[in-house]
Amino acid sequence: MYVAVKGGERAIENAHAWLAEERRGNTDIAELSIAQIREQLSLAVNRVMAEGSLYDPDLAALAIKQARGDLIEAIFLIRAYRTTLPRFGASEPIDTGIMACDRRISATFKDLPGGQVLGPTFDYTHRLLDFKLAADGEVPKAPSRDAETGTVPHVTEFLNREGLIEEAPYDDAPPPDLTREPLEMPSTRALRLQALTRADEGFTLGLAYSTQRGYGRNHAFVGELRIGSVPVEIDIPELGFPVEIGEVILTECETVNQFTGSKTEPPQFTRGYGLVFGQTERKAISMALVDRALRWEELGEDNVGAPAQDAEFVLYHADNIQATGFLEHIKLPHYVDFQSELELVRKLRREAGAQQLQEAAE
Amino acid sequence: MTEYNFAYLDEQTKRMIRRAILKGLAIPGYQVPFASREMPMPYGWGTGGVQVSAAVLTPSDTFKVIDQGADDTTNAVSIRTFFQRTAGVATTTATSDATVIQTRHRIPEEPLHEGQILVYQVPIPEPLRFLEPRESETRKMHSLEEYGLMHVKLYEDIIRHGHIATSYAYPVKVEGRYVMDPSPIPKFDNPKLRDMAAIQLFGAGREQRIYALPPYTQVVSLDFEDHPFEASKADHPCGMCGATDSYLDELIIDDIGGRMFVCSDTDYCEVRQAAGHKGKDAA
Repeated sequence: MYVAVKGGERAIENAHAWLAEERRGNTDIAELSIAQIREQLSLAVNRVMAEGSLYDPDLAALAIKQARGDLIEAIFLIRAYRTTLPRFGASEPIDTGIMACDRRISATFKDLPGGQVLGPTFDYTHRLLDFKLAADGEVPKAPSRDAETGTVPHVTEFLNREGLIEEAPYDDAPPPDLTREPLEMPSTRALRLQALTRADEGFTLGLAYSTQRGYGRNHAFVGELRIGSVPVEIDIPELGFPVEIGEVILTECETVNQFTGSKTEPPQFTRGYGLVFGQTERKAISMALVDRALRWEELGEDNVGAPAQDAEFVLYHADNIQATGFLEHIKLPHYVDFQSELELVRKLRREAGAQQLQEAAE
Repeated sequence: MTEYNFAYLDEQTKRMIRRAILKGLAIPGYQVPFASREMPMPYGWGTGGVQVSAAVLTPSDTFKVIDQGADDTTNAVSIRTFFQRTAGVATTTATSDATVIQTRHRIPEEPLHEGQILVYQVPIPEPLRFLEPRESETRKMHSLEEYGLMHVKLYEDIIRHGHIATSYAYPVKVEGRYVMDPSPIPKFDNPKLRDMAAIQLFGAGREQRIYALPPYTQVVSLDFEDHPFEASKADHPCGMCGATDSYLDELIIDDIGGRMFVCSDTDYCEVRQAAGHKGKDAA
């Protein structure tokens, strides 16, 4: 006997209660604090800030806790929160040349002004599980020295001085904002970069990797990768001058890429650019490679049909909140559409069957 | 929830959405780009419809939400609860009592009247999308009224299957101009789009598009003279209320192939049952 399905509301409430219990886990184990997540899972916090497009380590840590460590879910929480925030103004452009670098490396010059600073990197660790960490997480104090002061010049500036690399196009126009305007094609580079900096890390990495394997190859050198804090200034109209309101930690990657030149232009290197919130170097490097691949048209290169060259493909599919929402919506009921498909397939099969019978009879 | 504005969105955002709606009403069937916001529910789960509802709801409205025709499906419950919490509006399951109805995949069976607004959740607003994946191309095709590709697709269906093999999200032409996706409603519902007394608004959040049909708009399902459009449904009466004119869901009721058919529009079915109509499976 069929009874119309009722009780959706109660089912949802109960599911939420169960979810909260699962999130907490075994209550014999101490609960995680926001500060612990912020301090000890800081790279997860950084990814949530970068793809959530909101620089707030405490909120990102809260989102990770609430999302049970599902970073895309945490990014979603941050995005939904961010969209409700009032906007008081826009900052002045930041100057990464005055970045207080924790890490600064160049793959193109052995030594250079500002030096090579490895910083806190996994790069040369041996990926051996550290069982000692399971028992005791305390570490001896790392050696330290006084920080360098002064600006750290960009590697590409040295190349530019000789005309070896393309001039970075100077543009003072306010950049478009895809969180306030619908994404429309064709897109400007500023818009593409905005989309890429909040794009899914995995998707961006996959695209960047595909360019290295020949799908729109642009042979990138990491001219420079720097991670550190930069001051953020905002112009207060009443005062008439910008005021520093805080600092953000950023990862910036500038790649030096191939360019064969043309009859009118002598050979020159070209640029790819990545800039991401937090210590997020895999993402920043990926972003620079994809940025460079998307520039094929302005640089007069061939479109070889590679996914990473296709701005519509990249920009419409790079946002993990859009992607995960639409992907997972197929869990929702589709009885109605499926029923109409059932009717159609039955009808077509009936007719096909009748036709076969007739052919057999003939 | 006092920390959020009435109906969640801030007034600036609502104004932006209302402008898009007005533009859509002025150019029926045209997809108006709008700066869709991230909502606290996932993209693909009705964020476009929710934003349109948020922009049109007033405190005196009565709100109804259906998904697959039913008021009690989980996502309909979730969206209704969202507006109860953020707008405090009255809600109802009665189609005739609602002033704003948000729907996914169905048009209510009971004819809507003037003064009502029907808000559709739209996953892919572009009717040409699966013929041409590029937005820059499809926009050009709309502006040039270049719909040949769609007709070729429908023609190829007839050659291959003997019928147009589209059973939901069946494309329509609006006022002789724009080809429009009616959202994934079954083609059974297509005739209701035409000359409807209510305002019909379509919101696609992820795809950042709003489009609209003002009341009494001419909406024609695409077809050919020798293959006319045909609204279809399961050829049964409703097992609960006996209706023969409503769209039916098919249920599997045992493991030996037994099934029954019931109205997908739960309000329609309940009203009929309350009035004494009885189907063969009713208790």
